[in-house]
Amino acid sequence: MMIKIKKGLDIKLVGEAEKIISKLKPNSYAIKPTDFIGVFPKMLVKQGDTVKAGSPLFFDKYRDNIQFTSPISGKVTELRRGAKRVLLEIKIEPDEQIVYEDFGKANPADQTREYIIEKLLKSGIWPFIRQRPYSVIANPENDPKAIFISAFDSNPLAPDYDLMVHGKGKVFQTGIDALTKLTSGKIHLNVNGKDTPSDVFTNSKNVQINEFTGPHPAGNIGTQIAHIDPINKGDIVWYLYPQDVITIGNLFFEGKFDTTRLIAFTGSEVIKPTYFKTQLGACIDSMAENNVSDVKKRFISGNVLTGDKVERDGFVGSYHSQVTVIPEGDTHEFFGWLIPNPKKHSFYRSALSWLTPNKKFKLNTNLNGGGRAFVMTGQFEKVFPMNIFPMQLIKSIMIEDIDAMENLGIYEVDEADFALCEYISTSKINIQEIVRNGLNLMRKEMS
Amino acid sequence: MKVIRKILDDIKPNVQKGGKFEIFHSAFDAVETLFFVPDKVTIKGSHIRDGIDMKRTMIVVFIALIPALLFGMWNVGFQHFKSLGETVTLWPAFWYGFWKVLPIVIVTYVVGLGIEIIFAQKRGHDVNEGFFVSGILIPLVLPPDIPLWMVAVATAFAVIIGKEVFGGTGMNILNPALTARAFLFFAYPSFMSGDKVWISDKADAFSGATPLGDALVGNFDKLPNPMDMITGIIPGSIGETSIIAISIGALILLFTGVASWRILFSTIAGALIMGLLFNLWGYNDYMNLPAHYHLIMGGFAFGAVFMATDPVTASQTNKGKYIYGFLIGLLAVLIRVFNPAYPEGMMLAILLMNVFAPLIDYYVVASNINKRLKRVKA
Repeated sequence: MMIKIKKGLDIKLVGEAEKIISKLKPNSYAIKPTDFIGVFPKMLVKQGDTVKAGSPLFFDKYRDNIQFTSPISGKVTELRRGAKRVLLEIKIEPDEQIVYEDFGKANPADQTREYIIEKLLKSGIWPFIRQRPYSVIANPENDPKAIFISAFDSNPLAPDYDLMVHGKGKVFQTGIDALTKLTSGKIHLNVNGKDTPSDVFTNSKNVQINEFTGPHPAGNIGTQIAHIDPINKGDIVWYLYPQDVITIGNLFFEGKFDTTRLIAFTGSEVIKPTYFKTQLGACIDSMAENNVSDVKKRFISGNVLTGDKVERDGFVGSYHSQVTVIPEGDTHEFFGWLIPNPKKHSFYRSALSWLTPNKKFKLNTNLNGGGRAFVMTGQFEKVFPMNIFPMQLIKSIMIEDIDAMENLGIYEVDEADFALCEYISTSKINIQEIVRNGLNLMRKEMS
Repeated sequence: MKVIRKILDDIKPNVQKGGKFEIFHSAFDAVETLFFVPDKVTIKGSHIRDGIDMKRTMIVVFIALIPALLFGMWNVGFQHFKSLGETVTLWPAFWYGFWKVLPIVIVTYVVGLGIEIIFAQKRGHDVNEGFFVSGILIPLVLPPDIPLWMVAVATAFAVIIGKEVFGGTGMNILNPALTARAFLFFAYPSFMSGDKVWISDKADAFSGATPLGDALVGNFDKLPNPMDMITGIIPGSIGETSIIAISIGALILLFTGVASWRILFSTIAGALIMGLLFNLWGYNDYMNLPAHYHLIMGGFAFGAVFMATDPVTASQTNKGKYIYGFLIGLLAVLIRVFNPAYPEGMMLAILLMNVFAPLIDYYVVASNINKRLKRVKA
């Protein structure tokens, strides 16, 4: 199936990662329970314990079969807590050589659904399989109507998924074989229709390959689901990233929880943006060493639209395969709202950037204005390629009208789908936060 | 620029919460953000943000209004001297109009912004930019000789009753500038209609009727020729007469995407279709007036470009915008032709559709909801 996305916006930034891979051995790793929405961590380890790669660290108080395991072998050095004693990071100091828990090899094609689920839960891979609605960790008791894998990322400075899976066809296929047992429906593998996708993707079996072209958010799972098999009330769809399919493949192929993955180190403040081969939860500090500029910067785990702000000695989030470093924008700009500035990027033609559609911009974190009420209309629709009224849905969430939220399609979206609306918002409204609040409220209402 | 920054930084501690002059916080904030984009950075959500903000959007509308404003100033002078039977060159006419119009603009801004700042201070938000535009729209839809105290009263009414009681910019139901005009129109009709008010200090013998005024009383033979109506050398509200000046503004608004082309297109379509239907009916002379005359007479063009397209009071859905605009055009012509009391239908048509815009949206959104429900059943 070939699908052309027309509405959207590609934000071209300076600092795309060059396709060079170097190995990274940071001296610290961490799992951040806050990455997992709605999870309340119950600890299974304490400071000073030694763990193997695949040893359980904590489980979810509300769904105790979902456990989270260590990506690395070593010693638990710190359980860092924040305000109200929220557990922020479980830090692990790695051994010289990774020692793995043995989960036993198996050919997923010969196994039952129960066996596969059991194995995914025990190894700690399960949290990488998420569901819509709500974009939370999938419930193993559900039978999803389909599983979606986006084989490309269209976000600003997006990492190259082809590079990530390069040469891993067999492991990827093993992962797919395991996933086919989890759903009675189809597995949709959505590839980039413009660039030639890796043959790891195109040669995959037991999947339906769909080609997507067009601007961001063409690579977003929400856009893809909406165009292939939209979510109705009561439907459940699962989704995961290609690198996590490989982690599943490794589990069955070698019997271990091997989260080895590529992390793209990107952004205008990175001196030499490249890829690092490391494990889940790597410390960012080791990537930044002698490799970032001297200006005041912001480190982001993930991309500039949906990522999380982290410190320089922070860690890559569990659902991220990219770190972005951009300048902070905490300066006053003289008549900045009036004078057309060729350095600024805008979706609108009241600035100059439409004249240079291929220029790569170096953008900072300035809000470029003050928060206002909704005034302009018809703008979000231009970057929101779903059959949903974005502004009406946002407003229904703001007034917490459950019926309206349901009617206007909240089950089909998550905050990432609204990232571009937030970017172009003239009124500088924090839309992603609103949408997340709406999803959380809805999930609470429905349970 | 460094000097300004230093002055602002020196004043800032005094006007912040707990400072000696805390009551000037909103006023200071408005001035500071006028000179400098604040140093606020993103805290939640997307880390980078578009270069646009409300100030930039509103300044585009302001710029789009400048041709109509400048032409209006000149035309006020031109009409004045013409009624006296004098012919003058460009600049004397312009300066005459400039000194007529400038006080109206100043009064509007002082009263309007003053009220906005008080409300912002009380409510604890930033001063919104909406009045930036309303403050220039209000003078442009008034006759040149309007007493300044009336301007002040109307502006206060529009800002308080038209906007702030609903929650301020973005929450209002009626277009504030038209609310001001409607207020004056009904409260002081002798200053807002008839054939005496449209030319500044008119010589008594000279007829000062607008094309709409002539049409209302059946003087179709007295209508100015279409070229004069397009260039705008006719009596009327300060900014409404020149189709050329308004069209320049329209192009700016459409090019930057600040105004909705859907609304503008469908408003014109609605007026033309209604005009053509009347031509077919042909019951009286007004019905036989060529349909395109409606587009160039009176405040139609100004209202369609600058008032109907106000995003806050218009329909917010794309489909709704077609319906909203179409009905404005249709009703404006309908009111002109059928209503003996009001020569101008545009103001009332827009205000009426402002009220109905949420209803239009309601049905457009309902159709999306129904589609979603049908998908579940299928």
